[in-house]
Amino acid sequence: MGLNLTQKMFANKLEHDVWPGEIYYLEPDLVMTHDHQGPMTIREFESMGDIKVWNPAKIIFVMDHRTPSQTLTSVENHQKLRKFAKKHDITRFYDVGEGICHDLVAEHADVKPGMIFIATDSHTVTAGALGLFATGIGSSEMASLFATGKVWLKVPETIKVVLKGNLQKGVMGKDVALYLLKILKTGGADYKAMEFGGDGIASLDMADRMSLCNMCLEMGAKNAIFPVDEVTVQFYREKGLEITPLFPDGDAPYERVIEVDLDRLEPLVALPFSPDNVFAVSQLDKEYPLNQSIIGTCTGARYEDLKIAAEILKGRTVHKGTRMLIVPATRAAWLRAAREGLLEIFVSAGAMVNVPCCGPCGAYGMGVLAEDESSITTGSRNFVARMGAPGALIYLSNSATAAASAVAGKIVDPRNYL
Amino acid sequence: MTTEIKGKVFCFGDDIDTGQIIPGSYVVLTDPYELASHVFEDVAPEFRSQVEQGDIIVAGKNFGTGSSREHAPKAIKYAGISAVIAKSFSRIFYRNAINIGLLAIVLPEADKISKADRLTILLEQGKIRNHTKGEEYNFALPPQIMLDIFNAGGIIPYTLNVLKTRC
Repeated sequence: MGLNLTQKMFANKLEHDVWPGEIYYLEPDLVMTHDHQGPMTIREFESMGDIKVWNPAKIIFVMDHRTPSQTLTSVENHQKLRKFAKKHDITRFYDVGEGICHDLVAEHADVKPGMIFIATDSHTVTAGALGLFATGIGSSEMASLFATGKVWLKVPETIKVVLKGNLQKGVMGKDVALYLLKILKTGGADYKAMEFGGDGIASLDMADRMSLCNMCLEMGAKNAIFPVDEVTVQFYREKGLEITPLFPDGDAPYERVIEVDLDRLEPLVALPFSPDNVFAVSQLDKEYPLNQSIIGTCTGARYEDLKIAAEILKGRTVHKGTRMLIVPATRAAWLRAAREGLLEIFVSAGAMVNVPCCGPCGAYGMGVLAEDESSITTGSRNFVARMGAPGALIYLSNSATAAASAVAGKIVDPRNYL
Repeated sequence: MTTEIKGKVFCFGDDIDTGQIIPGSYVVLTDPYELASHVFEDVAPEFRSQVEQGDIIVAGKNFGTGSSREHAPKAIKYAGISAVIAKSFSRIFYRNAINIGLLAIVLPEADKISKADRLTILLEQGKIRNHTKGEEYNFALPPQIMLDIFNAGGIIPYTLNVLKTRC
C-alpha cells in the first residue's frame, strides 16, 4: 500500500515507511514561538537550569500577538524574548510590526515542502498549505524541544478532501473551510490529518489554501496538507526557489473521503458561538446588523483578501454606525496594498487601516466588542467572549463578505457587490 | 505505581474553549497562581471560590478547543483541580494537560457523572469509581509516552531526566 501526504512527511524524515498509530521521536526542521506563548516557553526552559537551546538556527521568534506595544506587561514580554534570543544566538527574529507568524514563515519561505514544522500556536496548521507537516504544541513542550531538539508525534489517520470544479467569484478558501466545519463539526477531525486533493485545488491560490488549512484546526485537525503542485511551485519560484512537486500515492490509505463541489459553493457565514454553526449568506433567516467589520488575522488578511475587499469598497462607503478595521497580515502585504492604492480606497471608504499584527482576533488591543455588539470578521473563532464582552456576537466570513457587509451595515452576499 | 485521585465534581458542557478557561487578556501572564485566580472568570465566576484542592472537572466533548495556550490547563491545575474528565479533548489541550502534570481522561460516558459527585480515579487500572452513584467506569489509558511524562510530574521534569541520562 502507498503513502498519503502526511505519512510521506514522516517517512521522508525517518527514511522508512510509517503507518497511522505509530509513535516516533523526531527532530523538527523548524520550530517557532511568539510573544503570546514565548514568555511561558522561556519561563519553563529557564526552570531547567542554565542550559543551551539545541540549535538556534532552527528557532524562529515572532512578535505578533500583543503588538505594537500594548501594555507594560506586553512590552516587558517582548523585551524578555529579545534578551533570550540574543543570549541564545537566535537570529531569526521577526520583531513588532513585521506581521503574523503564520504568514511571515510562508512569505519569507522559512517553511518549505517536506518539512516538519512545530510551533506554539494552534494555527500552525496553516503552513500545511505549502506541502509540509505543521502542527501546534504548548509552551512547556516547546521548552523541552528547545532543550532536546526532539518531539514525539503519532502518525495520524487522514481524512481526504477531494475538491471538484472551480471556486466562483466571491467564494474563497474560507468558504471551503466553513463548509467542511458544517459537515465535520468542531472536533470532527480530532487527532487527524486533513489532506486536500482533486482537480479543484488548481482554482485555490496560496491565500485560499492557507485560509483553508488554518481553519482545519477548528475541526480539531492535527495537521492539514496540500500536495506540492504547480501553484506551490509557482509560489516558491516567485521567491527564487525551485521545488519538486509531491503528490500522495494512488493507493494511499484514508480513513474517510469527503467531496466538495466548488462550482456550487456559496459564500458562507458561521453564526455565534461556534465556527461550525454555518449557513449560506444568501439563505439567512433574518437581518444581522453589524457594529463592526474586520479584515484581519491569520485566517484572512493576505494581499488577496485586501484586493477583493478593495474591489468592493471602491467608490462605496462603510455604513454609518459600522466600524471597519483592516489589519493586513504582514508588512509586505501592507506595502503592496499601499503601492497599488488599496489603502487609499479603504480609508476613503471610511475604514481604519492598522499595523500588521494578530490584533482583533482575540481582542488583542483593538476591535474589542461591548455586550450586545456584533462584528463580522475574517478570523477563525466566534467563541463566547473571544473579542470582548461575553454577549458580543461574532460572525465568521470570507473577506469579500466582510467588506460588502461593512457597506451594507448588515451581513450581505458579496456577489451582489462584485 | 498506583495513582489514586479523589475529589468532588464540577460539571461543564461541550466545546469549552481555552479562552473561556482563561481569557486572552491574561495570556501575557506566566505565574500559574496568578492565572488560577482568573480561571473561568467570564463564564463561571463562582468556580474559583467553590473549588477545593483535589476536585475534578467533568465536561462534554471537545474540551479545551481553541488556542494552544497552556495557561488554560495551568489555570485549572493551580486552582486546585486534580483531573479533567471529558467525552473528548481538543488535541493540544490534552497534550498540554499531561505535559504540565494535570491528569486528562477521555471518558465517552462522562455524562453519567453529575455535579458534586464524589469520584476516585485509579489511573493504572483505567477505572473511575463514582461513590455518590455507586457506579464504576472504565477508560482507555493514553500512550505509554504520555503516562511516562505524567508520572514524571510533567514534561519539564521528564526532560530533566532525559538531559541527565545524556551527560
